[in-house]
Amino acid sequence: MIHTRRRGIAAIVLWLIFLLACAGIISRTHFTTDLSAFLPRAPTPEQQLLMDQLQDGLASRLILVGIEGADAPTRARLSKQIAQRLRADRTFASVNNGEPVNAERDRTFLFDNRYLLSPAVTPARFSADGLHAALSDSIDLLASSAGLLVKSILPRDPTGEMVQLLEQLNSGTQPTLVEGAWASRDGTRALMLMQTRAAGSDTDAQQHAMAAIQQAFDQAPSAIPSAQLVMTGPGVFSVTSRDTIKRQVTRLSIISLALIATLLLLVYRSFSALTLGLLPVVSGALAGIAAVSLGFGAVHGITLGFGTALIGEAVDYSIYLFVQSEQNNADHQNWIKRFWPTIRLGVLTSIAGFASLLLSGFPGLAQLGLYAIAGLIAAATVTRFVLPSLLPAHFRIHDVSAIGLTLSRVVQRAAALRWPAAIVLLAACAIVVANRASLWNDTIASLSPVSQVDVELDTRLRADMGAPDVRYLVVVSGANQESVLRAAERASTLLQTLVEQGELAGFESPSRYLPSIATQRARQNSLPPRPLLETRLAQAVQGLPVRAQLFTPFLADTTAARSQPLLQAADLQQTSMAMAVDALLIRQQRQWRALLPLTAPEGVDINAERVRAALSAMPDVLFVDMKAESDRLYSGYLHEAIALSLGGLVAIIVLLLVVFRSPMRVLRIIAPLAAAIITVTAGLSLFGQQMIILHLVGLLLVAAVGSNYALFFDRPDPRTPILPRTLASMLFASLTTVAGFGLLAFSNVSILQALGVTVAPGVILALIYSAIFARQSDA
Amino acid sequence: MSKLVRQRSRWGWFAGLALLCGQSAHAAPLSISQLMDSLAKQPQGAATFTEKKHISILDQPLESSGELLFIAPARLEKRTLKPRPETMVLDGGTLTLERGKRKHVLQLKDYPEVAAMIESIRATLAGDRQALERVYHLALEGGFERWTLVLTPIDPKVGAVIARIRMEGVKDGVRSVEILQADGDSSLMTIEKRAPPQ
Repeated sequence: MIHTRRRGIAAIVLWLIFLLACAGIISRTHFTTDLSAFLPRAPTPEQQLLMDQLQDGLASRLILVGIEGADAPTRARLSKQIAQRLRADRTFASVNNGEPVNAERDRTFLFDNRYLLSPAVTPARFSADGLHAALSDSIDLLASSAGLLVKSILPRDPTGEMVQLLEQLNSGTQPTLVEGAWASRDGTRALMLMQTRAAGSDTDAQQHAMAAIQQAFDQAPSAIPSAQLVMTGPGVFSVTSRDTIKRQVTRLSIISLALIATLLLLVYRSFSALTLGLLPVVSGALAGIAAVSLGFGAVHGITLGFGTALIGEAVDYSIYLFVQSEQNNADHQNWIKRFWPTIRLGVLTSIAGFASLLLSGFPGLAQLGLYAIAGLIAAATVTRFVLPSLLPAHFRIHDVSAIGLTLSRVVQRAAALRWPAAIVLLAACAIVVANRASLWNDTIASLSPVSQVDVELDTRLRADMGAPDVRYLVVVSGANQESVLRAAERASTLLQTLVEQGELAGFESPSRYLPSIATQRARQNSLPPRPLLETRLAQAVQGLPVRAQLFTPFLADTTAARSQPLLQAADLQQTSMAMAVDALLIRQQRQWRALLPLTAPEGVDINAERVRAALSAMPDVLFVDMKAESDRLYSGYLHEAIALSLGGLVAIIVLLLVVFRSPMRVLRIIAPLAAAIITVTAGLSLFGQQMIILHLVGLLLVAAVGSNYALFFDRPDPRTPILPRTLASMLFASLTTVAGFGLLAFSNVSILQALGVTVAPGVILALIYSAIFARQSDA
Repeated sequence: MSKLVRQRSRWGWFAGLALLCGQSAHAAPLSISQLMDSLAKQPQGAATFTEKKHISILDQPLESSGELLFIAPARLEKRTLKPRPETMVLDGGTLTLERGKRKHVLQLKDYPEVAAMIESIRATLAGDRQALERVYHLALEGGFERWTLVLTPIDPKVGAVIARIRMEGVKDGVRSVEILQADGDSSLMTIEKRAPPQ
């Protein structure tokens, strides 16, 4: 007795030290809600690119802003006031609302460097014939409605290089201007497009940017209550989903704790029992978070959400202890002897199931596995070694034997349901087989915590704006800036033919704004020396209504251009072109990379095969369809998870075989679990819910939790009836689990919801199937 | 002007290119409101034009011809057929210019001088006095049978490019638009009505 007590004290001390250590680790833990949980641990080059773009790319830094309500002039005024304020804010790299802020600087830059930038500058263009053709084009343009635009620059730019450049620059569709600011096509919304300096994955910075926009809107002189501000974009999504996850996890844990506590109070009718019963839960939760923090360096919000649901499972162990023990202290030791081996085996099967998740290349899944394993081990260990020593001498809970006896009678008759249950199971099998093609949802969007409403707003604003969705990218890599730019120019030539064939609507390239040195030099060399150009010009004006003398400024400009310093990246500063080059020309450690985003023709997807075929001459060039790539990434996760789960199932079977050395017995334990899993899967399919990875994790949990019930129902000797108290404890345990997970079913974060709708019905079914298919006591 | 009339005028059409509307000739002096009201009466119309431009840097005047189409309140299409096909479409604030394979899309706001020039024609065809008076001082001479409307830019920046625009018309039809630029260049567009497509 004294020996037992001494060991008890030692256990309590160890436990307290353990809790302190966990708390210490958690206090220094970084909690995230970003995409990191979904990104692979060992990416391919395409996936690496996808990750970089998602976390740091041009598209990740965009915030689309809409101003709705009020009238058009007010919206436009608000847009200009917000833009004016935010242009002075370092948070934003650019703020665009259609006002021509950079226009003057851009035009000067383009005009001064037109002979280095224009792709039309070739030796042939400056031959007598070339000049003649270019001049007659320009004269035609002069006669046209746009004549006024070119009249003043004709003497300096008779070959129309400036027009070429402007055309290229404005090739993208832009929103219409209403009252001097961008507006949606239907005219009901003013539009703005902002680019943050911080990466899209920097959620805090994105939140700061959103707050700055909101503040600029609220404090704008023209602000009136009827005008509203809406925002969307990748950064906005990560901020709102962080808020959603945070809010939901907090709310879910409070409600589920309250529910479970109420349930336990009803059963125990004792506050001390309730408090003591929650100790393993708290220990398990702390251990889970600390383990994930140590193992992954950060804990994802989703893992915490999962953790709240696991409360309902971890509380089971103390329920078993309290309810199954007789009403005196000595019996707690007796409980340990009689029931602990069964519970220990239950914990081991759960661990066997979850251990497979640790192998997943999907960090989110591996986190859940680690959390579950650490949490369950801690909860069970505390129940076994610490809790009995903490119980007061006259600890007792409300007598539940009446419930137990009723359950006993129900279970006695449960066998009568074998046939109906078999029929239900057969039907479920049939449903699963019939719908096997559509069981799984393998698009990555299914994991997104972003609400449907937000997605629709995003789609609308993007359509209004004609904003790049940067779905298709051609990527060129090289050892230095020059080689990358040259490769980008070669790729541009190949892509241009696709544009002319109508396969593409257009594309962007950094080489458009910053041509390679080689190309700039070639263009410079296309310009003939002044005397030669003068002669050719004299020939070229023959038959045209102009005199060669008019173009003296042209001769001066080309002469200057022949020896002008070549363009460097720094020369673009303070122009709109700098932003494009920054986003499209990326230096990474020792590698350079140019991105060429492609625009699909309206209403059509890009034919990837054609693009790959066109680029086949350049083997080092990568063509990436970001959407296809991310879906492929996710479906890879999904298939891996299915394989791992099956592996987990095999591990459970092997474990049981090793323990029991009886295939029949193992089959009896596994059968109700399998039946529950199949029935839940059929149910989901019937309700039209396609399964995502988290449903799979839910099914694993059903197996893990259900194995406890199946083990209690399993007896080597069918003549010993199951104690009424054991039955009551299983009922309470399953109710708390259902309360914990059932709540998740109401979450609007899809991945939490998936867990809820799988585990809650699955656990009940596992209990029912276990009762129905248990060997009948012969009594 | 009553609200009703203003509403109608917004939807009215460039009557100069429209069929004769059976109004009896007015001998009395014409007021700007009267002219605008009658111009505003038809929702659309088509016409042919010939244009002659005198540009100082060119030795010869440039001539072009083609078709005009106006759809109230804001769409003006100018299809040049000779010497080179070109389509100019002004719709709301966007000017689209198509020449051969090339297509330019300009926002009028970015080019106030071009905007002023084109707006003068569109607003006159629409009978939109407010739009005209935002940019120009108006002066009207003559009667309904034969009138001359002279537009002088209010904004000195526009005035630095456009000296004045002089439109001549017969009844509710515009017959010619002469634009005199500040640098001495000028253009004269003569318009002949065509039966509107039914």
